[in-house]
Amino acid sequence: MLEKKPVLFMILATLAILVGTAVTMVLPFVWVNTAADRIEGVTPYTPLQQEGRDIYIREGCNNCHTQTVRPLVAEVLRYGDYSKSGEFVYDRPFLWGSKRTGPDLARLGGKYPDAWHYKHMKSPRSMVPKTNMPDYPWLNDNPLDPDVIRNKMETLGFPYDDEQIADLTGKTEMDAMVAYLQKLGSDIPWRKAAETTIVGDLTNPFPGDAAAISAGQAIYASNCAACHGDNREGMIGPELTDMGMEDAELYQVLHNGIPDGGMPGFSNLGSTKVWQLVNFLNSGQ
Amino acid sequence: MEKPSYNTDIVRSFVTWSLVWGLVAVLVGVIVSLQMVNPDLNFGPYLTFGRLRPIHTNAGIYGWGVGTIFATFLFMVQRLCKQPLWSDKLAKFQLWFFNATIIASAVTLLLGYTTSKEYHEMEWPIDVMVVILWVAFAINIIMTIIKRKDEQMYISLWYMMAALIGVAILYLVNAAAVPASLFKSYSAYAGTNDANVHWWFGHNAVAMALTAPPLAMFYYFLPKSTGVPIYSHRLSIIAFWSLIFMYLWTGAHHLLWTPVPDWIQTLAMAFSVMLIAPSWGSVINGYLSMNGQWHQMKENYLVKFLILGITFYGLQTLQGPMQSIRSFSAFIHYTDWVPAHIHMGTMGWVSMISFASIYFLAPRIYGREIYSIPLANLHFWLALIGQLIWSISLWVAGVLQAGMWNAMNDDGSLTYTFMETMVEMYPYWWARVIGGAIYFAGILIFVYNLYMTVRKKETIPSTTAEGRA
Ligand code: HEM
Ligand code: HEM
Repeated sequence: MLEKKPVLFMILATLAILVGTAVTMVLPFVWVNTAADRIEGVTPYTPLQQEGRDIYIREGCNNCHTQTVRPLVAEVLRYGDYSKSGEFVYDRPFLWGSKRTGPDLARLGGKYPDAWHYKHMKSPRSMVPKTNMPDYPWLNDNPLDPDVIRNKMETLGFPYDDEQIADLTGKTEMDAMVAYLQKLGSDIPWRKAAETTIVGDLTNPFPGDAAAISAGQAIYASNCAACHGDNREGMIGPELTDMGMEDAELYQVLHNGIPDGGMPGFSNLGSTKVWQLVNFLNSGQ
Repeated sequence: MEKPSYNTDIVRSFVTWSLVWGLVAVLVGVIVSLQMVNPDLNFGPYLTFGRLRPIHTNAGIYGWGVGTIFATFLFMVQRLCKQPLWSDKLAKFQLWFFNATIIASAVTLLLGYTTSKEYHEMEWPIDVMVVILWVAFAINIIMTIIKRKDEQMYISLWYMMAALIGVAILYLVNAAAVPASLFKSYSAYAGTNDANVHWWFGHNAVAMALTAPPLAMFYYFLPKSTGVPIYSHRLSIIAFWSLIFMYLWTGAHHLLWTPVPDWIQTLAMAFSVMLIAPSWGSVINGYLSMNGQWHQMKENYLVKFLILGITFYGLQTLQGPMQSIRSFSAFIHYTDWVPAHIHMGTMGWVSMISFASIYFLAPRIYGREIYSIPLANLHFWLALIGQLIWSISLWVAGVLQAGMWNAMNDDGSLTYTFMETMVEMYPYWWARVIGGAIYFAGILIFVYNLYMTVRKKETIPSTTAEGRA
């Protein structure tokens, strides 16, 4: 019968479509992004950061990078604390992505120093030789337009002041991008919370062991050389040829990084590899 | 009885343009697959992977996919209703507005005007164009249905109507945004809400643009090609209503383990698994319609395309529900496994059915038999082999990648750094380049075959041409 009445047919089809829609798409608005969902400390983007975010969108970075850490062991180890709904309340649009051709960026903020990002965005392969990420040198050439950005802040209803707008003059798209990347995931103090204190005595398991030293050298080349130079001569990070640190002390620095100095921690390499690095760095080679 | 004079010109024009955009889509697909293995092939600022990938996906779905939908729906609706199109003028407008929309999309995406939302990247002025385009299309189809001569509406018409309504609702809701300027807008929803609305759209765009319309084509062109009717009308009724009811619950299977509330994820998981039933309802209906006709797989190249297409649909609707299970998603989500799933759907299911439909249309719109059946067979094998290389190599890559991302040492640390896992992908990405090039070669042969058909001298006497319609 229904197959003879197109209008009735279409009304029923619409209703069939709307049931699932109402439950799974409309209803969640009752909870999501409400006061209960919000997290203290999560702030809207500044004009510079918001512009960086818009450039991230313009360049389509979300086609290769996700921005959600799932509550799974390997993922939290690799990227940091898992993502919470309240961290995204100012994100229009969301940028969670669907494919990790490159790593997740939800917890990128504070991982590297600014200088690393400037070099990496201009030429990713200068920092990570085998990456397939494209170069973005033109971001350095494009100046920001304060009026356009002011208008965006108005549209979004985000707080800003005239000083922040005035500061945009003379800045480039690269500055905006780096400011955005450094904000990612850093509104909650997860880095502090994730810091581990090492208990017990730290004794070098392979003192003077030649195999450990050469393994450490390889680990250095793939993880450290981009910042400290191929020959430890120092670049973004300081030179490392003559540090005069005890093995145990050096182990702690590598394990936890130097959060205020912009050095990432390498605890996720595992203790064996960190000790191999210690042996290489303190081998006097 | 006087024969109604069907509008075939418009069908011919839509076929031409869907082929043009199909070529663009697949060519850009091969280009972005090359960029993934060699970053030197990015030419900033316009021709980088980040800007070209959305052009590939949108040209594929909206240029090639929807272009073919327009062509076939305008063809089918006239035959199924025994009624000429309601308005030829409106259809002509739809044709040119369609091309204007696709061109405007491509240009603005190259310039970096994008919302970033997958399959909905175009900024708000283009959304307005899409709405106008869809309304023009819908009015024409619906009015033709209302004025139809045949009282009973065939299965294909149901799927058409569902697609018309579904796409309209999905697109409008997900497009809601506040413009900051002509080419920049901010989503009306924020964060987790935006994600949930978007994937409600995303998955159901798959339902309403990449599932319902090819099913409409399949239900029409399979019986037309084999000469025997669909096996069960009742099965198709049940499959239809349960399919359009269940699909809308499943969007959050794209968001498993994210901050989207757990109960939405659980519903999505459950409904995705249940979706196997209505999906396979159509697959089985298709297979059983071949009872006693399997010899046609050898003799009739149209049947080959159609049956392979529905087989990929069957595989796709088993693999999809599997990916919707939390534990499996934890493993393969974000990896190269997922593009392999997508391309079995787009290159296998949607494109195979579209190729068959266009081959079927050729004699009816050009008034000439197809130029070469051996070439059509070659096209079939290139498409099949190209797609299998593409998908199989990336499934393997995805599993390998997932395994390495999760590998841990005895002391609880990760075995591989991210870059160590990425470099392992290069050989598989190269295999995809090769599979893609083979598939592209198949499409070139397809287009050549159609071109030579149009150029052929002898025409089918118009009576037979009508008789076949
Ligand atoms: C019962 C049917 C299906 C189910 C339950 C299903 C399930 C899924 C799931 C869970 C994903 C996300 C995978 C991930 O990111 O982890 C996905 C992605 C996708 N599927 Fe399916 N699938 C189904 C059928 C199809 C069909 C028939 C097509 C036709 C082309 C298709 C095309 C896609 C596309 C284009 C995406 C990619 C979305 C993105 O950008 O992430 N699927 N599917
Ligand atoms: C020769 C044929 C093709 C090649 C070489 C190709 C290549 C690619 C590549 C390299 C990607 C990016 C994957 C990634 O980011 O990891 C992609 C994504 C995509 N392609 Fe294709 N493609 C082809 C055909 C098609 C066709 C015919 C369609 C549609 C009708 C299509 C629809 C898509 C979609 C929807 C995505 C997004 C996947 C996602 O969200 O993860 N492709 N394609």
